[in-house]
Formats: sequence, C-alpha cells, structure tokens
Amino acid sequence: MTDTAAPRWTRKHLLTLEELSAEEILFILDTAASFKEVSTRSIKKVPALRGRVMVNAFFEDSTRTRTSFTLAASRLSADILDFSEKGSSVSKGETLIDTARNIEAMGVDIIVIRHPAAGAATLLSRTVKCSVVNAGDGAHEHPTQGLLDLYTIRERFGKIAGLKVAIVGDIANSRVARSNLWGLTKLGAEVILVGPTTLVPRAFEKFGAKVVHDLDSVIGTVDVINMLRVQFERIKSSQFPSVREFTRFFGLTQERFQRCKENVFIMHPGPMNRGIEISSGIADGPQSGILQQVTNGLSVRMAVLYLVTQVGA
Amino acid sequence: MPSILIKNGTIFDPSRVFELRADLLIRDGRIAAVGTNLGSADTVIDAAGKYVVPGLIDIHVHFREPGDEEEETVASGAATAVAGGFTTVCCMPNTKPALDNEGQIELIIRQAQRANLANVLPIGAITKGREGKELAEIGSMLQRGAIAFSDDGVGVADASVMRKALQYCKMFDTVIMQHCEEPTLSGGAMHAGVVSAGLGVPGIPAEAEQLMIARDVLLDRTIGCRYHVQHISTAGSVELIRRAKRDGLPVTAEVAPHHLLLTDEMCRTFDTNYKMNPPLRTAADVKACIAGVKDGTIDILATDHAPHLAEEKELEFVYAPFGIIGLECALPLYVKALVEPGHITWMQLIAMMTAKAADIVKLDKGTLQAGKVGDVTIIDPNHKWTIDCARFLSKSRNCPFTGWEVGCRAVTTIVGGEVKWSLEEGIRGRSQ
Repeated sequence: MTDTAAPRWTRKHLLTLEELSAEEILFILDTAASFKEVSTRSIKKVPALRGRVMVNAFFEDSTRTRTSFTLAASRLSADILDFSEKGSSVSKGETLIDTARNIEAMGVDIIVIRHPAAGAATLLSRTVKCSVVNAGDGAHEHPTQGLLDLYTIRERFGKIAGLKVAIVGDIANSRVARSNLWGLTKLGAEVILVGPTTLVPRAFEKFGAKVVHDLDSVIGTVDVINMLRVQFERIKSSQFPSVREFTRFFGLTQERFQRCKENVFIMHPGPMNRGIEISSGIADGPQSGILQQVTNGLSVRMAVLYLVTQVGA
Repeated sequence: MPSILIKNGTIFDPSRVFELRADLLIRDGRIAAVGTNLGSADTVIDAAGKYVVPGLIDIHVHFREPGDEEEETVASGAATAVAGGFTTVCCMPNTKPALDNEGQIELIIRQAQRANLANVLPIGAITKGREGKELAEIGSMLQRGAIAFSDDGVGVADASVMRKALQYCKMFDTVIMQHCEEPTLSGGAMHAGVVSAGLGVPGIPAEAEQLMIARDVLLDRTIGCRYHVQHISTAGSVELIRRAKRDGLPVTAEVAPHHLLLTDEMCRTFDTNYKMNPPLRTAADVKACIAGVKDGTIDILATDHAPHLAEEKELEFVYAPFGIIGLECALPLYVKALVEPGHITWMQLIAMMTAKAADIVKLDKGTLQAGKVGDVTIIDPNHKWTIDCARFLSKSRNCPFTGWEVGCRAVTTIVGGEVKWSLEEGIRGRSQ
C-alpha cells in the first residue's frame, strides 16, 4: 500500500482472526495499548462511545467474557444492554435472526454475541446493520480472546515473531485455539498444537501449525504454553478415557514445569481446572500470565468496540 | 387428444443409441413415429437446432407431501419438474407421516393425477415410520404403485434389518435405494476434513457413507437383491461400487449435481444453501465422482431436490436442515459438469437421465420407440441463461446455484402426449 492516508481499520465487524491481516491485528493491539493507559487513571473513563449502545447477546454461559465486555464498554462511556438466552434459538421458537433484529430495532450500535453454533456471528453480520463482535461462536473462533493472548505475549516478550507457542489440550473443540492459531501464525510465531490424537486432528497442519501428541517432546523448547480447559464431557464421547490419564500425558505438572525453558510464559484462557490441566503452583507462580490476560482483555475489548464503531454504515 | 409433430430437431434415443435429424410424431398419447415426411398434426413444434429426447427422469426428489406442504406439494413439485424438463420423478418417503403404507402411496398417486403435470411415482419406506426397526408392508405398497423402497434421509442402520429387507425385496424383484450413512459415525453438519476443522463445525466423515455401502454390498453378495446407492459423494464410495460391479453384483448408483460441481470450501461462509446430506466433499471426491460417471460406475444422475422454507435455512449452519432444490437447473448443471468439459457426450448424458434411470426402477420409459408413451423433452443446447431460483416453480428457494451462467435449457416438456410446459408459455393452461 502506498497511500499512507488510507484508513488502517475498515471493518464494521470483528468476526474472526482468520480474516484479518497481520497489519490489522497489530493495529488493534496498538490501539489497545493506548487504551490500557485509561485503566491507570483515577477516573477510568473516556467519552469515546458516549451515546452509543452495546448489547451483550449471550446464548451461552459466560462470566469473564461478558463482564470484560461490559466493563470495556462502560470505560468508553457506552450504554450497555444485557441479553441472555440459554440454549439455541431453535428450542425457543424464535430464530437468531429475529432475536437480533428485535435487539437492533431498539437502536443499538454494537451486538456482542456469544453463541454455541459456529458461524452465528457471521450469520448475524449478514443480517443486521449495526456492528457485530464475535465473543465466541461454537468451536469456531473467539477473536477477542486471541487478541488478548497476543497482546499479553507481546507485552511479555516485546515481540511475537519467532516465538514458539504450544497450545495444549482439546484443540478440536476449542475456539480459543483457532483464534490463537490464526493470530500467532499471522504475526510470525511458531505454533505447536499438543493433545491426544482424538482431540488434535492432523488437519491442523494445513493451517501452518505443528501437531504433536507428546507434550514432553516439546516442553523444553517452547517460549509460551497456553493450556486449554479440559472439557469433562469429552470423556462421555470417548475422546479421552479419564481425567487422570489426561493429566498424566497432557497436564502441566510441577515435574514437567521443571523441564521448561527458564523464562517460559504460562497462559490459560480460564476457567481453570486446577490440578487437572494445570497445577496450582504454576498457575499462581511468577511465570504465569493468567491474570495479565484478564487485565489485557479489557484494553483489547475497548479497542475493538472503539474501532468497529468508527466505520460508517 | 391432439397430435403433436416435432419437426427438424435432433433426435436422441438412448434406448437405441441413435442421434439423427428427424421429425417425431406423437399421437393418442404415444410415440407414433420417428422419421421424415410424417404428414401433418394438430400441433406442430419447430425444433430446429434443438434436441428431442425421451422425457427426463429423476428418481430422487422430495415433495414434502404430506406434512410440509408449505415447502413443496406433489403439485408444485410436478410443476417445477416439468419446468426443468423432467416428465417422471420418484418422490422419497420421508414425509410426515412417512410413505410407509398403501394409503400413503395412494395419496401420492392421486395427488399426481390431480396435478396432471409430471408422472410422480412414490417410493415406499423400507421400514415402518422409517425407524429402521420393522419392515414396512413392501408387497402391498408395490401392488398399489410404489416404484422402489428407501428410508432416505437416513440409512437402515441395523444390519439384521437391512439383511431382511434385501431378502424380502428380492422376492418381489424390486430395488432398495439406500441413503448410505452410518449414524454412529455421523451427526455432523458438513464434510469432516480440513475445512470443518478450521471452522469448528462438526463433521460427517467420508467413512460414514463408505461403511454402509461396504456393509450392504457384503450382505447382498449372497442375496442378490437389486441395490441402488443414493447420492454418492466420496471417492471411496465410487471405488466400492466399482468393485461391486466388477464382482457382478446388482448394484447401481446415482450422483447429484452439487456433488459434481461444489466442494466443502463453499461452507466457509456458513451459507446454509451449501448444507446438504451427504455433505459437499473435497475436490478429490468431485473428481472421483466425475470419473465414476465417465467409466459407468455411477449409472445415473439424480437431483435429490430437497425443498426447505427460507426461515429454516436462515438458521445457524449447524441447526439448519440439509438439502437444496435442483429440478429446474439440473440439466444445465450436468451439462456444465460433464458434457462441456468433455467427460461424456450428450447421448451418454441423456441415457443417464432417461433410459438408465428407467432401468433402475423398471419403468417402460426413457425411449422414443414407436408405441411407447409420449413423454418427450425438447432441449435448446445453446440457450444461455442465468439461474435465478426466485423464478422457479418450486415453493422453496434454497438453491446455491442462483447467479450461475449456464448454457442449455429444457424448452418444452411433453408428458403422455400433452405439452405440459414450455419456456414461452410456462405451465399449459395456467396463467403465469
């Protein structure tokens, strides 16, 4: 691009990290950095979104993501509406599109949607006129989580390119893993996906990741370990036999931690199963970035909410 | 009944494998003659530059009656059929309730007579309620006019029930059509592969289809019932059928237009018009299906015309129902997929859409021989048009091919010696 005056952000929606360029991702991270300063002020508020309305449309349980979006919007002085509906729209009798159109008819500027079906945010973005921010759609993507993970890694190492990042656990069913994978590879990190063969399909190699089923073979070589939450219902669907066996092969135990690089950075999107995928001492230890992730989530979401509303209809 | 003389067309008769410039005379509802100087007739149609072929046959459609008449009825289905050049269609029994008894078979036959457009022939369920547990009254349904048997929408999962079904149908020399999908391997919303992995959408592996084909072929080895694989979609399936045929088993297969033209890449946008079952597979599977058509492993072409309400299709990808409509654009799509690239000839295409389809369901159709019923389709092989599902006579609009530029079209559809539809006038006797 030669035109330096060209806008660096042109998207009305944030749906996936897959569709973003490295430049766009970096632009969000830089915008987030400038918003992070707001949280250090005594009055933690800017008028950037005064008079704008954000609705949290959550079709799935969530505490931290919803709270984070709420707080991010309130720091930008937006008005906030909460809408939650458990289960699919099908079971309720009203379609997602109808629900969204109703919400939109109240005059909202941003719909933040969390939904159990992959593609729900994309579907919504084709239907409504306001901005749509994907807060997690099924096993597809969780772009703001991906962004906050990138932000946290960059903050820690001062860079992302060249780092080796292991994402460990239930990759197949994880939207966090997918958003991290797209974001990290676009920014030049090497991504290693680790987990049992039933939960880490080889297909992921096509997306530029390395697929490994032996955590011990890579544990000493990586700069970042992002542990995913173990979903107990996968035992019923025979994707692994027991929690005990999962921990034995893929848990971040103290013993494994001893063999990590000295400056290894430990991450987890939460909520954690302490003692299962991650031992408490590590989660609470000095190498852990878990609470920084939460803090940075706020700045990243402020940046996203701000940017998507700066784009005209 | 007024006689019809179709003049100056190119006649394709796959039942005798000939192609010639000639006239065709239809009198008293039957083919009277093919030749020159056939005299006069009440109606004369100039077919110069056009192809005159036996009425097209599609043995795999869903007309949603009874139960979901807002999506399609036998009448609206018959209308969309003739508008696509089809004179005979066989409708699947996955209605509500299922076509699993004589009364339901009778209903379809009566509704088809009332509509008086295409021949709509019902396919009876293999098992009661399509539940895969107990055999339905196959013999009685046959006597009443069922043309074949299938639990389409699902396969018969229980091996012992399937073995009994093959044994029982063998007694009547009828054909079992199987929707091949092993349910314990299925449950997804698209092809299980690289694209589904990226999208986080649960997948339907190719093995779900192949496992059931392999099992059925094995069961049928000692039984010898006529067995037809519906909507084949994977390279492995094509290979299984190829081997079964080599072994001399009475196995046939069909393929739908979308499995010859589209891949799972289309699902990336979560557009539910690309959600069908079997799902869109990979480019390698498409290639294998085309190869299967070329070498005769796949016998016929069938649309799997599956209407759904717009409201249903506007759902989240994983919740939306499977299926697309296809009768009105099938012919030009097959031509695009198979004839234009030179995989098969027009004659081979017409054979697959007429005589060979008639063969599978033992219909005395798919021919232009004198004395046979006057089901004739006239095709303009050079008619360029843009597919627009909003103009279809179907009640539904779920079609991913809208906007496609295609190069041929059925222009006149004659059923039982009467013009039922033409491109200029639409449905005869009905104001458009």
